[in-house]
Amino acid sequence: MKTCRAARVIGTVIIALMSTRSVVIAQGTLDRSKPPELGPPPRVSLPPIITRVLPNGLKLMIVEQHELPLADFVLLVGSGSTADPAGKAGVANLTAAMLREGTTTRKSLDIADQAAFLGVSLAPTSSWESSSLSLHTPTAQLDSALALFADVALHPSFPANEFERLRKNRLTDLLQIRDQGPQIANIAFPAIIYGTAHPYGLASIGTETSVKSLSTSDLQSYYETNFKPNNSTLIIVGDVNPDQIEQKITARFGSWQRGTIPQLTYGEPPKSAATTIYLIDKPGAPQSSFRIGSVGVPRSTQDYFALTVMNTILGGSFTSRLNQNLRETRGYTYGAGSRFDMRRAAGPFMASAEIVAAKTDSALLEFMKELNGIRQTVPPEELSRAKRYLQLQLPGNFETTQQIAAALVPVALYGLPLDYYNNYVQSIEGVTEADVARVAQQYINPAGLAIVIVGDRKSIEAGLKSTNIGPVEIRAMSGQPVQ
Amino acid sequence: MRIKPVLVAISYLIGAILAASLAEGQATPRIQFEKYTLPNGLEVILHEDHSTPIVAVDTWYHVGSGDEQVGRTGFAHLFEHIMFMGSQHVPVGAFDQMLEAAGANNNGSTTEDRTNYYETLPSNALPLALWLDSDRMGYLLPTMDLAKVNLQRDVVKNERRQSVDNVPYGKADETILAALYPKSHPYSWPVIGSMTDLSAASLADVQNFFHTYYAPNNATLTIAGDFDPATVKKLVAQYFGDIPRGPAIQRRTTVPAVVIPRDTFLVLEDRVQLPRVFYTWHSVKDFAKDDAALDVLAQIIANDKNSRLYKKLVYDLQVAQNVSAFQDGGRLDGKFQIDVTPKPGQSVVHIDSLVQAEIADVINHGIAPRELQRAQNSYKASFLNRLASVLGKADRLNYYNYIVGNPDFVQQDAARYERVTAADVQRVAKTYLGRPKIVLTVVPEGKKEMMLTGRGGDR
Repeated sequence: MKTCRAARVIGTVIIALMSTRSVVIAQGTLDRSKPPELGPPPRVSLPPIITRVLPNGLKLMIVEQHELPLADFVLLVGSGSTADPAGKAGVANLTAAMLREGTTTRKSLDIADQAAFLGVSLAPTSSWESSSLSLHTPTAQLDSALALFADVALHPSFPANEFERLRKNRLTDLLQIRDQGPQIANIAFPAIIYGTAHPYGLASIGTETSVKSLSTSDLQSYYETNFKPNNSTLIIVGDVNPDQIEQKITARFGSWQRGTIPQLTYGEPPKSAATTIYLIDKPGAPQSSFRIGSVGVPRSTQDYFALTVMNTILGGSFTSRLNQNLRETRGYTYGAGSRFDMRRAAGPFMASAEIVAAKTDSALLEFMKELNGIRQTVPPEELSRAKRYLQLQLPGNFETTQQIAAALVPVALYGLPLDYYNNYVQSIEGVTEADVARVAQQYINPAGLAIVIVGDRKSIEAGLKSTNIGPVEIRAMSGQPVQ
Repeated sequence: MRIKPVLVAISYLIGAILAASLAEGQATPRIQFEKYTLPNGLEVILHEDHSTPIVAVDTWYHVGSGDEQVGRTGFAHLFEHIMFMGSQHVPVGAFDQMLEAAGANNNGSTTEDRTNYYETLPSNALPLALWLDSDRMGYLLPTMDLAKVNLQRDVVKNERRQSVDNVPYGKADETILAALYPKSHPYSWPVIGSMTDLSAASLADVQNFFHTYYAPNNATLTIAGDFDPATVKKLVAQYFGDIPRGPAIQRRTTVPAVVIPRDTFLVLEDRVQLPRVFYTWHSVKDFAKDDAALDVLAQIIANDKNSRLYKKLVYDLQVAQNVSAFQDGGRLDGKFQIDVTPKPGQSVVHIDSLVQAEIADVINHGIAPRELQRAQNSYKASFLNRLASVLGKADRLNYYNYIVGNPDFVQQDAARYERVTAADVQRVAKTYLGRPKIVLTVVPEGKKEMMLTGRGGDR
């Protein structure tokens, strides 16, 4: 049948446009009972990454993309919340936010005014391992936009009044988190699996106590220690000429002084406890927020590709087991998934979903079934589907300048080889059934899971106890034991 | 009007978009396309872009929550979910499995006005998307059963819990819609619907809805990306050509009058730490004469650090945590909304007086040229950004085709914002924000006394 259809395709190329009757003939022979045979997937040819290093150590990663007159810049500084000094959780986060709040020559409102006037977006962010400043600009405004970008990156003045305003804002954000079960769970889960002695256990926005204790000198000091060219990569993607843009960047960033970056020590995360249900009360919540997992792996793991494939099967795609079971079979949730958040040190493995309160205990049993089940050998067609999905969607991740810039972040941050994405398809191809079973058994331990559930204690506690999955401990919103 | 039984091919030959856009700097590029209609009424829009070996397939059905019957709110969106549950030749679950195995991502969305379904996939897999999408367009019902409906009913109820019931201030929107629009108005209920109505949806409803709205003559198939047009036209004819035309569709073109005789004050208790005030005015539909000026007004009032309300309430006085404003114009009608969240300890009455003073200032004294220019430049950039992906372009072509009847409208749309003057902004502020409004205060449980009543006095 498929050859028949292919022959028909060739035969009706021209006629189909001209005459209804030939279309009808074509339709008469269409066999809908089988999916069409697809041709070979397009060859993946990802755009080359051009690298340069300025004398001060600032690395440039440039990708040309001339489809639209746009360019994206990401100044990626290799220090984030894990470099917050002890007791000062929230410093990296506020330091990044303060970049836009004043420079030695521009006031906060001037920066916002100029960005809006230029039609550019200028966005600072921070994560666990990095801080960044992103610029998305039409190339018609390139020079003015770069002047603003460089000033904000290199000459922040950390005005005290702006800091007080942001601090008040953060404290109110922290207050409002109490309204949101999913957010409470997101903060409590790492606090429970890492404890508060490990940087991954602390919320990057800080706590009420830590944010209240901060001053502009904490931010200034964080900035002066970490925002150094030899700790940074500038990712540039878009409608630019590499030599010209290097000149422009050298003019703006060339006088940035290098410095010594302190080596970070993370400490060992606590050994995982026997599987325990940590229940945080959110009275009246119509859904229970599930966060289940343990300490996972660092980005440098040799098992990266095997874990990626395994997690795609477990909870990393729509047809993954967790989503199929909890959503598409049982209707307990709008979506369930899992991920290994890989960082410099071992980041968390976490399965999650928002579950209708009445099915909290039933859903927990299904989560456990899947977390156990993934440790068994995966059927070949399921493995194959996950691998194809990862391999074949790759080109779609390199369509826009913003996507390409985002794809380069882990390359810069974790020192991945420049041909990383060109070898990606092959690396995924090499993952076997045995690899998937091995990494599932090694990294998912159903006997050592933290099961964090934020929900209506009154209606869900008894059911959770009756699952006998583990003891139920009541925790405060922070994840800490109730005083 | 009956369409003659021949393929109507309308080609729009448009010059090289790249050369034009580069020469004019930031000017919004045109999206080159070809549009034609199959004998069964299916509109097809093709846009070639070979820069990445992927294709976006985006099908818009001209039906949304505004077409729902009384007692069945949320049905158009529930139906959208059911469309992924397989069809006559596609077993349950196979839709997503096959697409993922081909490296595709797919989804759908429902608004008051339309429902869309889209896939982004490697270019070799385009026939798969056409096979799947044509099967659910033509052959959804033979394998439809109550179990599929029940399952997605549960999923959608959880979507409602996740996006409305378990979200602070989540029920504000439906409360405002019910107060702003008369009961018979298609925008008076939320797209997600009510739990009661979702519970009531039956298999017969699915069958009726499909027969009424899911016909090729009520849909537009847009394909954008890396393909050969001749091959694709043939594939489209093969897969979609035999789907029978449905009955002519009567959709409303007018809406009941919206009459708000005086300011209406409402209160809603919620599990929140802080109150939030929502001001809503009846405004105009998408592409109405004042729609773009109202968009610009929203930008100038609240969507930037230098905007009137942000600067006054959040930046200078620091009495509010955040503020936002938007003009929301649909196919048939529209509203303009401002919301403000006071900081802890700040009274909503004080906040209200500041909001009213800023609006009065725009109405009485107008805006500065720089305020207008910032807003216009932000819009200009946003038009360019929407064209960065093939899915974004497919969506634009469909949107313009649906709302203004012409896919070739991105430049005219952008030009609307260029034409807005400071006088326009002042005029629309006076015209629309001078009207009586709906004022909803969401308050922490048990604190109804915090609500705005319009009678003044600090509380």
